Amino acid sequence: MAFTAAVITFPGSNCDRDMAVAIEQISGGTVHRVWHGDAELPAGLDFIALPGGFSYGDYLRSGAMAARSPVMQAVVAAANRGVTVLGVCNGFQVLTEAGLLPGALMRNAGIRFVCRDVPLVVENNQSLFTARYSAGQRITIPVAHHDGNYFADAETLDRLEGEGRVAFRYDEPVNGSQRNIAGVLNAAGNVLGMMPHPERMIEPAQGGSDGRALFESVLAGLGVAA
Amino acid sequence: MKIRVHVSLKNGVLDPQGRAIHHALEGLGFEGVNDVRAGRLIEMDVADSTTDAALEEMCRKLLANQVIENFRIEKVA
Repeated sequence: MAFTAAVITFPGSNCDRDMAVAIEQISGGTVHRVWHGDAELPAGLDFIALPGGFSYGDYLRSGAMAARSPVMQAVVAAANRGVTVLGVCNGFQVLTEAGLLPGALMRNAGIRFVCRDVPLVVENNQSLFTARYSAGQRITIPVAHHDGNYFADAETLDRLEGEGRVAFRYDEPVNGSQRNIAGVLNAAGNVLGMMPHPERMIEPAQGGSDGRALFESVLAGLGVAA
Repeated sequence: MKIRVHVSLKNGVLDPQGRAIHHALEGLGFEGVNDVRAGRLIEMDVADSTTDAALEEMCRKLLANQVIENFRIEKVA
């Protein structure tokens, strides 16, 4: 069956095209570009991606306005039905603000915008998004954010760790994130939010292809040949 | 009815902006500043019939993120 994905564009998204190209190239499927004001998603979606950027100028809090936009109600409903959802960077912020993932992303501890390749450790390779990595694998993926400092209370952090919901961890201090958390899964395992940009590392011409396996994992998990 | 919503970071949540402001104050030579926390003030003009429950819901649903923030509603006039 043909793989069908949607990439949501909010006003101020700027990684939406990169995300759409990455999904299209790796899956060979159809990628719909969906505007934030649409109240409905295309039918038959396998995968929804919330891209990086600065939706609504980061007004109020990063991701706060986007999380209340019309399309997000449809995304939340789809996620609750089990549709696979990936949020990268601003997309991760939107997922926490929408309540699909626990915690919050605060201003980087060093105040500065961080834009560089960072080393990550794959903490859980049993998830839909990470099965094509090996456990403990070190990979390199770029980050570019001002608000990537992951915060949750100790009880929530313990629960996330205990349930294997920390998908990726920074292998060095990057932004002050609690326990160096770079990406977290929801309880059902069909929603992943992460600050690093896997869509910017899918072929050697981009400086590396360590992000490619994330998309290949999803395709394999959903029974689509990549 | 004029409303002020004060949004502040919860205790225990690191406030990098507050810390930077603190350092800047010290750099300007101000002494005896023990701590600085930066928050947000939102001023609203709402219908007089707006209930307290509705105001609280506005705060919970949008104005504050209760994972990291507290809010306080002040009726000005």
